[in-house]
Amino acid sequence: MPEPGLDKGFPTAAWETVQIARHPERPQTLDYIAETIPDFLELSGDRLHGDDRAIVAGLGTLGKQRIVLIGHQKGHTLKERQERSFGMTRPEGYRKAMRLARLAEKFGFPVVTLVDTPGAYPGKDAEEGGQAGAIARSIETFAGLAVPTVTVVIGEGGSGGALALAVADRVLMLENSWYSVISPEACAALVWRDAAEGPHAAAALRLTASDLSSLGLIDVVVPEPPGGAHTDPGETVKRVMHQVQLALRELTRLEPGKLLSLRQEKYLAMGSYTVAKSK
Amino acid sequence: MRPWCSAGGMAKYVTIQVVPKEPPPAQQAEGERCKKCNTPLDPGELKRSLWVCPHCSYHYPLPAHERVAQLADQGSATFVGEEFRAGDPLQFFDLKSYPDRMAEAQAKTGLTEAFLAVLCSVSGHATALGILDFNFLGGSMGSVVGERFYRLAQTAVEQRRPLVVVASSGGARMQEGLFSLMQMAKTIFAARMVGAARVPYITILTHPTTGGVFASWATVADIILAEPGAVMSFAGARVIEQTTHEKLPPDFGSSESQLVHGQVDMVVDRRELKARLAECLRMLTGDTSSA
Repeated sequence: MPEPGLDKGFPTAAWETVQIARHPERPQTLDYIAETIPDFLELSGDRLHGDDRAIVAGLGTLGKQRIVLIGHQKGHTLKERQERSFGMTRPEGYRKAMRLARLAEKFGFPVVTLVDTPGAYPGKDAEEGGQAGAIARSIETFAGLAVPTVTVVIGEGGSGGALALAVADRVLMLENSWYSVISPEACAALVWRDAAEGPHAAAALRLTASDLSSLGLIDVVVPEPPGGAHTDPGETVKRVMHQVQLALRELTRLEPGKLLSLRQEKYLAMGSYTVAKSK
Repeated sequence: MRPWCSAGGMAKYVTIQVVPKEPPPAQQAEGERCKKCNTPLDPGELKRSLWVCPHCSYHYPLPAHERVAQLADQGSATFVGEEFRAGDPLQFFDLKSYPDRMAEAQAKTGLTEAFLAVLCSVSGHATALGILDFNFLGGSMGSVVGERFYRLAQTAVEQRRPLVVVASSGGARMQEGLFSLMQMAKTIFAARMVGAARVPYITILTHPTTGGVFASWATVADIILAEPGAVMSFAGARVIEQTTHEKLPPDFGSSESQLVHGQVDMVVDRRELKARLAECLRMLTGDTSSA
């Protein structure tokens, strides 16, 4: 817990996690694909407006299982990052994700999503193109998908832009990733009126994998190599995909109807509140 | 067992009635001029015109209880879900503690939470009506807003009452961290239940409808109405300008602009809202009696 009198900019443990999660050498969706899905077939476009390069989506084989994989791609170099909008998704990206999710459902393939975004793209065209509605409908689509779904937060889990790909039967997080309702900087700017209070906000938001696991909001924390995922991307990818396969092995045993009802039960029970007694 | 379940999360539906204190009604000061067009107003003129300026049609922010009075048939309203109250799962402390902020919001608005859940009739149609009040912590959506929404949706399904929800919100409630983000998913699961039961679901978007509310239950309804001049956006105008350096038009995100971009069904003046809502209810319920 942050102390109320903590010095501004004091490097809290949560803040260090946020920095590791943003490391440019940290493995991203395309690295996971290159290492573990040799036959990946990338598909493009939302069939309405365009193709969002901030999201990579396609078919492939993980182990012996055909899956649809959908993930944010931020890019490693500045040029890549600009092409990929730093992993900030536009409505066409969420629509591409929904399209691929439905394709998976049609052919009975599980869906794996890899979340790594600072947030949805904040721009005029994105807003006018229905950003809010696209996120809502993506959540709605994943809520009702009659195939197993597994999400891994591999880097940044920035707010609604992350949740749009993160409603799943199992939600995993890498040890040094973060997942929050708001970025620590934006939170700091709002409540402390000072973005430099990011470290303070990061601690207050309880956004680390271990915090969220102890709050019961995620299912599995995947440990990273010492120093963070960027010190050994190959090993990180192996550990994550191993956990994904374990989750899929469990989930593919369940009937679609059972999957849907368990998923609904899980999300409808989410919340922390008290019940007042009547007089 | 998830740790928060034992703290009441899985509690069975308790149908106790905790009667909310009536908040002080919105007041028009003596000799007041319209905040927007500066025209002098007659005493009581604003209330009579449903808090819309009779001269420039500016729509004043409306407290939740005023909204009930405007939409529900007289004497038909019962308040439900009042027993659900906020916890403090993160022990969130910024400049003040979350429980302190909560107590202040309760004192200011007379509400127990940002979401008021009501069973009532609207022009004779039995309705499950929810209202998010911007005056209560910016109408932000935390666990209680999600739970009250869900229980209201459940009642809508059980009693086959159309679900009508009025939005005004700054988004998710930061002080509950990821629990708040999860309410976006929870309310959408609840709305799906309503949809699966073929019970109509209508949302009314008022100023402002933003962030996690705009990107969840507000936009998955069968019919979406919006009040004139209301601003809706996922990201705020300031964030967009800072991130992309785009110049935004003065009507950015307005109801009228959302209509042009296909994001809402109609823009309805508050003075015609009840009649329009009743018409939507009549259409969706297949009622042909007054055709």
